[in-house]
Formats: sequence, structure tokens, C-alpha cells
Amino acid sequence: MTDLGMPLLRAPRGVGHLRGDKSFPAAARDALADSQLRRNLGHATSTIRAKRATVVAERADWEQLRAAGSAIKAATMAHLDEHLERLEAEVTRRGGVVHWARDANEANEIVTRLVAATGSREVVKVKSMATQEIGLNEALEAAGVTAQETDLAELIVQLGGDLPSHILVPAIHRNRAEIREIFLREMPGVDPALTDEPRRLAMAARAYLRERFLRADVAISGANFGVADTGSLVVVESEGNGRMCLTLPRTLITVMGIEKVVPTWQDLEVFLQLLPRSSTGERMNPYTSVWTGVTPGDGPAEVHLVLLDNGRTATLADDVGRAALHCIKCSACLNVCPVYERTGGHAYGSVYPGPIGAVLSPQLTGVEDNASLPFASSLCGACFEACPVRIDIPSLLVRLRSQHVEARREASRVPSAEAVAMAAAAWTMSDPGRFAAAEKASRLGRVFGRRSGRLTTLPPPLSAWTAGRDAPRPPAETFREWWARERG
Amino acid sequence: MSAREEMLSAIRRANASATDTPVPRDYERRSPHSPSELLDLLTDRLVDYKATVVRVPLSELPTALADAVAPYSPVLVPPDQPWDLDATPDSPALGPHDLDGFAAVVTGCAVACAETGTIALDGGPAQGRRAITLVPDVHVCVVHGSQVVGSVPEMIAALTPTRPITFVSGPSATSDIELQRVEGVHGPRTLIVVLACEWQ
Ligand code: SF4
Repeated sequence: MTDLGMPLLRAPRGVGHLRGDKSFPAAARDALADSQLRRNLGHATSTIRAKRATVVAERADWEQLRAAGSAIKAATMAHLDEHLERLEAEVTRRGGVVHWARDANEANEIVTRLVAATGSREVVKVKSMATQEIGLNEALEAAGVTAQETDLAELIVQLGGDLPSHILVPAIHRNRAEIREIFLREMPGVDPALTDEPRRLAMAARAYLRERFLRADVAISGANFGVADTGSLVVVESEGNGRMCLTLPRTLITVMGIEKVVPTWQDLEVFLQLLPRSSTGERMNPYTSVWTGVTPGDGPAEVHLVLLDNGRTATLADDVGRAALHCIKCSACLNVCPVYERTGGHAYGSVYPGPIGAVLSPQLTGVEDNASLPFASSLCGACFEACPVRIDIPSLLVRLRSQHVEARREASRVPSAEAVAMAAAAWTMSDPGRFAAAEKASRLGRVFGRRSGRLTTLPPPLSAWTAGRDAPRPPAETFREWWARERG
Repeated sequence: MSAREEMLSAIRRANASATDTPVPRDYERRSPHSPSELLDLLTDRLVDYKATVVRVPLSELPTALADAVAPYSPVLVPPDQPWDLDATPDSPALGPHDLDGFAAVVTGCAVACAETGTIALDGGPAQGRRAITLVPDVHVCVVHGSQVVGSVPEMIAALTPTRPITFVSGPSATSDIELQRVEGVHGPRTLIVVLACEWQ
């Protein structure tokens, strides 16, 4: 679709958090050297995998729900323009104000202007991927407005001067002892006798944020879903910080990626089953809020919705890649990914880490700005199996890899080192026959070296990156053997 | 071109060759459980979330409610409370800090979903505005047996989407520390469900 002469609306450089300052292999090597990080990640992801498996097994119709979720998303994208216009009309009809933002800069300008108009210098925020993606906190800060994150994990990240490393649990890379230290160091008025018991830590956050909620005049949120036929916006959460932000302040500003629209209220019957079971491994999350425009006498008197593109329409323009827009940000694919489990989220350099990040970030920015991410996978397929909306992430990765090679060829430059190294492996792994033949004949990835040890190496063939660049050694095991050993 | 026009036309260009996808809805729409099984299921799910469940015949609801709120004072109720509780009725004059002064709130609900242990509030009869079930630390919620449905699709169908809706599944909780669930963060730390039913 790029041949129509119209430029694609990509996420611009210099703003937001979609690009890392290192390539994935370089960042992954750093992460693999951090044994505390790997222990924290291994512990957290195995806990959540077990919970998810239990509640998914409870639903005999899980596969039917996945098929419905996948189809609703595909059908929505095919008429995205109509659904957005309907959403806009319904929100407006019920007293809300809708804004459109081509990219991060435009969205940041709109929100900053809206906040300035209230006269408030302080806003409370409920965790939202979209506002992290566009770097809204930094933009507000530059305008003299303090943005207070209120989700516990976001608060840990914000107080720790850190970056989020997981979609659902941005502080997954921190264990309880580290969180206690951050609170003791950074939280004004915290009880010096604070222990690292999770309950005590959660209570410290409650005490710290309570007054901020009660006095807040402006809140900023994201949205998990926007229902076109009613104009209703939906936020799914656990702690009640979302309800605080959505209910108490006078002004509410919601920034929503355009792919979050669903056509009908009925569609929520599918997603409200898929999302909590896939993300926190619960039958239902503690709180879900739904609001439609302004309700006199109940909640904010002024309600804004900012519809964000920032590379989404460009992603839609690829008939395979567009499936990345179906993502409901449950994070199940992160938790099952053998690469994510070892590197953590920071290695991906974007607010969207893990398998979904590897296919979404390069499409939002243009693949050349995130050229190593499509190679940050062994194509094992665990992400596809876990995905509640059946996004075929391995196929998208292969697609993006070839686009990268193509882009380099057009620019008469050689493909990146990881592209060259991965090309043969990808070709082999994309076909079961070739894969088996390669395994039998010669040990897949003969050219790659490896070093032994649980969690200290990436699975083959990515182990090539992390085992150093010394003389090639024949690998002792194939990916399949490695997988069998790791996951039994 | 405005941002709106530019985004919409980019979408139309991207969708030039997009095809329609039929949506299969052959997942379970109606729960197979009997009404009394639904009450058991709802109780089980709520208890799993660390909520307290009190089950009483309808005739004993007033006593059960009085017992449930007895440890707390002061108690807030929606202006249209039907239970004759000796409590403060909510009014628009009460700001967030005022609400914070209440130890507990008592409300009804719109519908409850047994399979997921979810209670839906929609600002309808006996529920009040959203803030009153949020700020006080204890939420006592009256659920009538006739309000209990089995599945999520049944619950969604029973609600009017343009009302302000809050789905509550247990007390507030977090899994942000090592992915272990801790009950009680910003929302009410205690959820007491009084399940009143004419047929038990
Ligand atoms: S790609 Fe699928 S599994 Fe991964 S976060 Fe998105 S919806 Fe969840």
C-alpha cells in the first residue's frame, strides 16, 4: 500500500518510548549477565503461567472464545474508519469531546493543552500503554505539570527512576526486597520500619497515594476498549487506582490507540472473558470501569477522548502485519516466551516488549528503526498458542525479517548481522519438513556457538548472539531438545 | 488536512483490499447451571477472591444487614436505600474527603455473574454514584438471588451500557509484587456480600 504515494503515518523519532538506544542482541547480553534479574523474571513468569493454565482449562469453550476474539478484531479493522466515526459520534452525543492525534507529538500537545486549560499543575494517571508509548509524562513535565503514576507497579518504576519491563506488571524485574529499598529511599513519609512483605508494600503505596487521589482535579487514563455503538470506554484493572482516577477528578482525559475500538457492547462478552484469564490468570480482574461521555452527578464533569494513530494506520497498511493491532495487551505471550524470560523487557527497547513488542514496535516506527527486534525470537510458536486473539506472531516475525532484508537491499546496504545469521534458521524453522531434516542431518545452527547453563543463554539459534563471537562450535542441542529440557 | 481526515483516509487506503470476516459466536452463551447451583458458584468464586459472603433467606435480610454493618461507623447509604438502615444518605455535597470519613457503605447491585464471581453496579436503584462504593474502606453489597446470572454474556446482556458501570470481583487487589495476589489496595479492602434469596 506504500505505492499510492501517500506517506505512512509512522511514530516519529525523538519522542516517546518505542526505540531502544541499543540493538536487541547488545541489550540482551547485558540482561543475561544480570542474575538477579533472571531470577526475578523466572519466578514471576512461572507463577503466572501456572495460574493462567488453571483458569484457561476451566473454560471448555476457550478455543471458541479465541476464535471469536480473533474474528471480531479482524472484522473491526476491516471497517476501522466507520467504527471510529461511530465512537466519536456517540461520545460526543453524550457530552464527551473527541480529539484526533496523528502521532505522539500531536497527542502530547493536545493533552498538555487540555491540562493547562484546567489550571491544574498535578495530574493522576492510571496505567496506560499508549501514554507511555508517546512519552506523555515527559511532555507534561516540560510544561510544568507533575504526572503521578498510581498503578503500584508503575509507581515502583516511577519512584525507581526506571523503565517498565512488562505490559501487565511493569516492575516484574524487581523483587520484593528491591521494591522495599525503592520505597524507603524515594517515598516521602514512608514508615522506616517497612518490611518487604508484599502486603506491607501495597499498604505503603495506598497511604502514599490516598491524599493524591482525594485532591486530584485531573486524571489521565488509557482504555482497554472503546465501544463504537454506545461510545462507552472501558478500563480493566485490579487495585482501584483506576476507579479513583476515573471517578473522583473533575476532568478526565483518555488517550486510546485507534485499534482499541470494538464495534458493539456485546463484543465485551468475549474480551472480558479472554483478557483477565490470559493476563493475571484470574476468572475476572477485581475492577472494570465503563463510562460513556458525562453522567451528571456521577464522575467527571468534563470528559475527553484522544484517538491516537502514531504508526497504527501504517501497521494497518500491511495485510499480514495488521494482525499485531488485534493485541489486547494481556501479556500472555511475554510470560510463555523463552527469550523474554531470559532477557526481560528492557532489552526490547520499547514499552512493548516480548513477542508482541517484536512485531508491534517495528511496525509503529518503521522496521528500520527497530531492525533487530524481528530477530528476537526463536519462532518456537509458544506465543501464538497462548494468544487469546490468536495472533500468529511467528508469521509476522518472518514477514518483518524479510521486509528488513528488502529495505536494506533497496538502500544497497547489506542486511544487519542478525538478519544474515537468522535467515537460514528462519527458513529452516518455517517448514516442519525442513526443520526435522535439519535436526536429523546436522544439528540446527551448526554455525552458532553456545555456552551452557540455565537461563544464561538464549534458546537456539539466538544463542549465537549471547554466547560471544568466538570460534563457531557445533551446538549441543537443537531448539526442540532445548525446549523439551527447559519445559519438560 | 485535519488529523481526523488524514487518519481516516489512511485507514481507508489501508483497507482498500480488506475483506469481511464472519464472527463465529459458538462459545457458551448461557450457563448450564440451575439457579441454586448459581448461588453456590457465586459464593465459591467470591470467597476465592477473599470476599465475605453471608447467605440468608429474604425474610432475614434486615437482620443480616444490621449485623454486617454493626462493627462500622459511620455508615453511608445511597439516597434511595430500601433497607431502613440507620445510616447517612449520600448527597452531592459530600466530596471525596467527606466520603473518606465513612467506615463503610451499603449498596445493592444491578446484576451478578456466578461463573466469574462478578457484581455489576450501574448507578441504578439502591446503588448511588460510583464514588460511594470506592472511597469507604468496607463495601457491603446486597445481591438478590433473582439478580444472579450464570455467564459473562448473560451479565453483559443484562446491562445498559450507557450507564456508568463498575464490575467488582472481590476486594481491590494487586499482583504487582512478584505476581502474587495481595488483597486490598486503593478500593475497599473489605467486600461483604449479603446474598438474599427467597428460595433457599
Ligand atoms: S499478542 Fe496476544 S498474547 Fe501477546 S499481549 Fe497481545 S493479546 Fe496477549
